[in-house]
Formats: sequence, C-alpha cells, structure tokens
Amino acid sequence: MGNNIQHSDVYAIALHHRFQWEEAQQSYVILFPEGMVKLHGGAGEIIKRVDGKATVGDIVADLKATFPDAENIEADIIGMFDLAVGKAWLRKVN
Amino acid sequence: MTQNSLGESAVQQNVQAQNNGVAASATHTQPLWLLAEVTYRCPLHCAFCYNPTDYDKHTQNELTTEQWIQALRDARKMGAIQLGISGGEPLLRDDIEDIVIEAKKLGYYSNLITSGVGLTEKRIQAFKEGGLDHIQLSMHDITEEINNFITNTKTFELKKKVAAMIKDHGYPMVLNVVIHRYNIGHMKEILEMAEALGADYIELANTQYYGWSLVNRSQLMPTKEQIDEAERITNEFRQKPGNKMKIFFVVPDYFNNRPKKCMNGWGEVFMIVTANGDVLPCHSARVLPNMQFPNVREHGLEWAWKESPAFKKYRGDDWMKEPCRSCSEKENDLGGCRCQAFLLSGDADAADPVCSKSPYHHLIEQAIAESQNPQIQSQPIIFRNDKNSKKYASGESKERVEAFHALP
Repeated sequence: MGNNIQHSDVYAIALHHRFQWEEAQQSYVILFPEGMVKLHGGAGEIIKRVDGKATVGDIVADLKATFPDAENIEADIIGMFDLAVGKAWLRKVN
Repeated sequence: MTQNSLGESAVQQNVQAQNNGVAASATHTQPLWLLAEVTYRCPLHCAFCYNPTDYDKHTQNELTTEQWIQALRDARKMGAIQLGISGGEPLLRDDIEDIVIEAKKLGYYSNLITSGVGLTEKRIQAFKEGGLDHIQLSMHDITEEINNFITNTKTFELKKKVAAMIKDHGYPMVLNVVIHRYNIGHMKEILEMAEALGADYIELANTQYYGWSLVNRSQLMPTKEQIDEAERITNEFRQKPGNKMKIFFVVPDYFNNRPKKCMNGWGEVFMIVTANGDVLPCHSARVLPNMQFPNVREHGLEWAWKESPAFKKYRGDDWMKEPCRSCSEKENDLGGCRCQAFLLSGDADAADPVCSKSPYHHLIEQAIAESQNPQIQSQPIIFRNDKNSKKYASGESKERVEAFHALP
C-alpha cells in the first residue's frame, strides 16, 4: 500500500503479464512467469478496464455508472490499484 | 532438466497463495498447470537431474506432434492455463514451434524450460512469432569450471550467449539455478551474474533428491550451515536498494522438520505428460509400487485426471495413516511426498521421512550424516547419460541405488 494512486494516473498491464478471462474458472486471471493470480469479480471488473489509456478517474466513473448500487466503491477501486501496482501487475504509463 | 516445478516451487506457492486453499479440495480439482516433458533426450549430463535414471527406455517411443497437440487441447478444456514445455531438453525436438503456435491459439501462458542448447536465432524468432510467453533458462554457476563439471559438458559460454539472445528478443529473463555443494559457496556471485544478465526472475532451487540427484545425494548435498549462509546472502540481496529481480529461494526439505506440500497436493493442480505419454501427478510418481498410470495413447486426459485410480489414490487425505491422519498440521503438507516416502522407507503411505514425526525420520538424518562422511563423499558422481541409464534400466548397475525401495 502507499503507491499514492491519483485520479489522473494511467496504467497498463505490466510487461510480460497477461490478463484474460478463464472460462474453466469463471474468473479473470493475471498470468506471468511462474505464476497466476485469480481475480475476484470486483477486482476483475477493475483490471478489465485498465488499457493504457483510461485514467484511474475514468475507471472510477465508469464503474460507478455500471454498479450504481455499490457503496463506497471508489475506495475499493483505489485500493485495488494500490495492490496491483504494489504487486507489479500494473505499470504506470503517464 | 531442472527442478523448477518440484516441491515448493515458485509457481506452486503462487497457485497456493492465490487460491487460499480453495483449489485444494479433493472434490474440486483442476489441472491449472500442465507440464509437457516432451523428450528425455538431453545433450547435458547433469548430476542433479531428477528425470528417472531409466529414462533411456523412453527415448524411442516419444509422442508425435499430433498427440502433443491433442493433449494440449484436452488439458485446456479442463482449465489448464500454465504450460511448461520441458524435458530432457525440449529443443531436441524439431516440432516445438508447432506446439508453441497451438499453445498460443488455445490461450495458454507458455514457458519453454531449456538448457539453451539448441536455441538459435531462427528458432527463438519462430517462438516469438508463434506466441511463446517466456523462456526459463537453466544456469549452473558463475564459473566455467563448475558449470562444465556438473553438467559434464562444455556449455558455459553458450549459456551466456543464449541469455543475451533471450533478452534481445524481449523475453522476460527467467533463470533457474539448481543449488548443490559445488555452487552454494557462490551465491552472491550467482545473484550478481543474474543481475548483470538482466534477469527479471531467478529461482535458486536447492537440489531435491529424486532420479539422478538421489543417486548422487551424498556427492551433492551441502551442509546446513552452507544453506543458512546462502539464504542469508539471498535475503541481503533482496533488500539491496534498486534490486528489481524477483528471487525465489526453494528451501531444501531434508533440512526442514516438516515436509513440502509436494506438487501442492496429489492431483490437485498439476498434471504432467511424459515423453512416452504417461500422465502423472508428479515427476517421479512412476517409482511407486502397484500403480498403473494412464497413458494418452489409451485414455484421454479427462479420464486420467478425473477417473483414473492413480490420480485418485492420494488425492485429499483419506489415504493417510498415523502419524499423519490425526496430525494437526496435515493440511499444511498433506503428508509430504509419496515418492520420497516410498523410495526411502518402502512404504508409500507413510509420512514423508523428512517430517520429524515420521517413524522413518532417522533415514534423513542418516543421509545427512553420510553426505558429510569424507569416504562416502569421495565416491565419484554418476552423470546422467544414456550409457549409465541403460545400465540402471537393465539392472546391470545397482551402484548406489540398492538402499532405495525403487529405482530412482
């Protein structure tokens, strides 16, 4: 934690990492040398929107619009970015 | 080949960590990791290789390209996602390019596990275009002398060239170094070499004793003090400012009081297809007695995984006897390694002798003591080569395998 995620930040999937839907597991996964991370529904929805173009702010707005009933969703999204950057699943592009 | 996926390898720890044990339920297993041991032929003769000592039996009956592609398809349907292409030296087959292309089409994250011998510009370019995701290169030491000695070949310069080639093609640099008595004193230099090569990941895999490494156990095993020092140096390197390498230090089980959760549990997440088509839950399972392992020539992978008696045999913990059965820690390690239990004790259902609660734990203590006995230490290394393999396969050579309950 403590990667100081800003709304203006733009992220992409880290080099040598691959994000994909896994039918057999009914979840999104991130694949990398020597390992794999299975993402829970919410985490998958966030990382799915990370494309090297959308800002964190864009993604927050999009998710709020998609899941209007979810409470305090912004803190969760920022928390997920913080985790994913800390784990080096994402790289900052701007 | 190297020992990347044996025991508590990096990938297993990851798979384990991310599933929080969910995948370890006996009723809901999935072969997330498929290891294709496409050939047992190898230009190197490493003394620590964990391939079976009688591998020579399986150098003439390898699966065809079509059979491999079918296996890839079947496993993917069952949820396999990480593909390791290994051996032997997989590059001795000329169809790895075709296998890579199919793996990409199917959505695998594919990994070529190689000594680098046989990797040319032309081939690596084809792998890149075909969609191979990464290449794991085995390195042996920072000195030409030890590299060439332990592999019984002259491959030191070539390895450095191949490392550069992998980097040049934009691949992540994943190095695997098997640690033993002859290189454990060079830990700092090995890490510095990896850094200089631009490694993104390095796995320091302490030798585990199966196959050829079991035959050479007394010749390869370092002391506890050497391992502690190696781990200290590794931790120090991890803390170094600016260090970007991910370093995995695979602890040797002989010096632990508890066994490894071998393969993250029998038939839980790993499936291995060997050169001749046998389907195994772990690399050395064929040492176990009274077991018939499925073969892709006769059965599909789905049957092998879900229905075959061999895969059911040690899944979960119903098979356990004491002291495992009532042990409060049994979920941590599932009783350890079945192959190690049988090879050393003659009882495949026994607790892994590594465990201090095992009635056979003295066998581990004895092995450690033997490895420090100057007279035993000085016996020559038996290198992994066809000639030695033929001798073990035919029973002509019993040298250094008589103490074990199966041919390693």
